[in-house]
Amino acid sequence: MAHTLTTPDLAVGVDDVARLLTPDGERIADPDLGRWVADVDHELLRGLYRDMVLVRRIDTEGIALQRQGQVGLWAPCQGQEAVQVGTARALRADDFAFPSYREIGVNFVRGAKPADFVIAWRGEEHSTFNPYDINTATPQIIIGAQTLHAVGYAMGIQRDGADQVAATYFGDGATSQGDVNEAMIFASSFRAPVVFVCSNNQYAISEPVTVQAKYPIAGRAPGFGIPSVRIDGNDVLASLAAMRWAIDHARSGKGPAYIEAVTYRIGPHTTSDDPTRYRSKDEVERWKQRDPIARVEALLRAEGAFDDEFAASVASDADELGAKVREATLTATSREPIGVLDHVYEEPHTGLQEQRREFGAYLAGFEASEEASR
Amino acid sequence: MTEMTMVKAINAGLRRAMADDPKVVVMGEDVGRLGGVFRITDGLLDEFGAARVIDTPLAESGIMGTAVGLALRGYRPVVEIQFDGFVYPAFDQIVCQVAKLHYRTRGNVKMPITIRIPWAGGVGAAEHHSESPEAYFVHTSGLRVIAVSNPQDAYVMLRQAIASDDPVVYFEPKRLYHQKGEVDLDVDLADAPPMGLARVAREGSDVTLLTYGSQVTTALDAAIAAEDEGVSIEVIDLRSLSPVDYRTVTASVRKTGRVVVTHEAAKEAGVGAELVASVTERCFHYLEAPPQRVTGHDIPYPPAKLEKYHIPDLDRILDAVDRVLDKPNSLTGLEEWRTAETGRAGVGGGVL
Ligand SMILES: Cc1ncc(C[n+]2csc(CCOP(=O)(O)OP(=O)(O)O)c2C)c(N)n1
Repeated sequence: MAHTLTTPDLAVGVDDVARLLTPDGERIADPDLGRWVADVDHELLRGLYRDMVLVRRIDTEGIALQRQGQVGLWAPCQGQEAVQVGTARALRADDFAFPSYREIGVNFVRGAKPADFVIAWRGEEHSTFNPYDINTATPQIIIGAQTLHAVGYAMGIQRDGADQVAATYFGDGATSQGDVNEAMIFASSFRAPVVFVCSNNQYAISEPVTVQAKYPIAGRAPGFGIPSVRIDGNDVLASLAAMRWAIDHARSGKGPAYIEAVTYRIGPHTTSDDPTRYRSKDEVERWKQRDPIARVEALLRAEGAFDDEFAASVASDADELGAKVREATLTATSREPIGVLDHVYEEPHTGLQEQRREFGAYLAGFEASEEASR
Repeated sequence: MTEMTMVKAINAGLRRAMADDPKVVVMGEDVGRLGGVFRITDGLLDEFGAARVIDTPLAESGIMGTAVGLALRGYRPVVEIQFDGFVYPAFDQIVCQVAKLHYRTRGNVKMPITIRIPWAGGVGAAEHHSESPEAYFVHTSGLRVIAVSNPQDAYVMLRQAIASDDPVVYFEPKRLYHQKGEVDLDVDLADAPPMGLARVAREGSDVTLLTYGSQVTTALDAAIAAEDEGVSIEVIDLRSLSPVDYRTVTASVRKTGRVVVTHEAAKEAGVGAELVASVTERCFHYLEAPPQRVTGHDIPYPPAKLEKYHIPDLDRILDAVDRVLDKPNSLTGLEEWRTAETGRAGVGGGVL
């Protein structure tokens, strides 16, 4: 499936995309995508709505916790809920996801617990969840590295004769990295069952996507021999449909598939960033008009499937989750000092054992002097 | 003299170097419109334009490789690696190309590239944002490696690095970015001490404390604390890690007879190991005690909440000072364990 790509100035074009839901929330037909979501009824739609609202709540809670000094940093995902939730909902539990640091919605759908969203940003651990518990790799900070991991994992699936797929998530900036390009070459050469999901949120920190790409990013994949589609990433239905197509393609042995989801990061890159330096208020306002959550709400309302009772139940779920995320942060405890030396090796390492002994004795010196002064 | 932070001093150094030489170009991720994530390049885009302040694609190998091409063409690229942990994708270009081209071409090609790296921990950052990779570069012949510790040095040595026809890896301690100091903005490079000279940051007579970059402040604090206990520490800020100014170092060691090295990077095969070996070669007969290293542990950089147990602090430095002075210290009594235990448990039952 390749969406039409014509002129070279489309890298920034945000409307040359496949979509199933207009920014006003009208359901529209798309010859390629439509059939992949023919089964989507009100109940499923309401589920996607609920997911997105909960993800946004985790995000607002994270920002608040950062402002209160409870977590060191936060990478907001507001505006990107549709692509994260829509694509992740298409995965099977035994498929394996390889997200970046911003994929809160992917981790949520995969089953991350409240603490999993905050403990690493709080600086207590590099990774909270065990990747095998939710078949999702630890969020990646090195831009693009996870795409190669996904391809390798997919090659393993292939060798096992299994019918799982690997999915990897990355940003528009990441497409400039050698790793991402090498990942596409490997995936294509070996027909690995992997799906690439590029969330083109228009910026890599301050750099607009045009610094990374003059031609639509989805247009690159065919050059590697990988079919691609360019979708409206603020459309949860299109995200679900495109991902179902891509997964079906990969699962049925046809090799990798590629999705470019055109979306927008409403907030700053991270809580350390000042986006007013590189983008206008107008631009942000324009994108707020394309809000992925409001879009689904409009559709559900128009179809009489959104009432006060439903709204209240989603709101209360969100409150509950928000409270849990906060509690997980506030009740977090730090490891003992000697813990810095834990888990460096699996087998005993005499060099480190010696350092442990030395540092342990050093720490014990403080305890001894504290006791003596009591 | 003007009082300013290291961030401002480096900014001023860049501005001055760009004004002095139209061949100087600044490149990296977010260095243009945003002014860099640390605002080091703030205002440069407005002043010098997009041809000289280049917002690059998000690809460190690409940034470094194109800097090589620009240098071949006669430019003097100043590359910003956004954070220490992101230099690794560029490592191949630095080690195989930047460091070797001059040698490979028998001096026909110059690589006047300055590689600025916001460096090391202590700022509560996320994973991959607190690395101390200096030893990799020190080990690579063909590179000069600088680690600055105060605004004045940052300003002068950056200009010297840019003016140098050799590639220079220039480490900027994030932890000291916002510490203020006096800077002489009008300093004439011809009169300034050459890049690479070590600085006696504090004179002393009992112990030589060798350090650099982010640890200099801690080392000076340790020297003040030691003085209260009647121990006189001479603190040497190496400033250049490749080459090391051994003239200054050995003069101090010959005076004190005792050496402690401290750095934040891990111990194994680190800069401290090199320093201790070299000092021992040069000053063996002057040494009164085995030189000691106080370093980060041999672990991946820990999560932010635990970094205070990794970065050498004043107490760990003083503990090592006690060791070279043969005073009671945390290792007292551990020698027996060291000889007995090391040499037992090992991988696969072998002796390690
Ligand atoms: C190898 C590497 N270089 C630089 C960085 C610093 N950095 C973190 S996020 C980021 C921008 C990423 O942009 P994009 O890939 O578009 O993803 P987004 O953050 O927009 O989701 C940069 C430059 C990094 N984490 N890794």
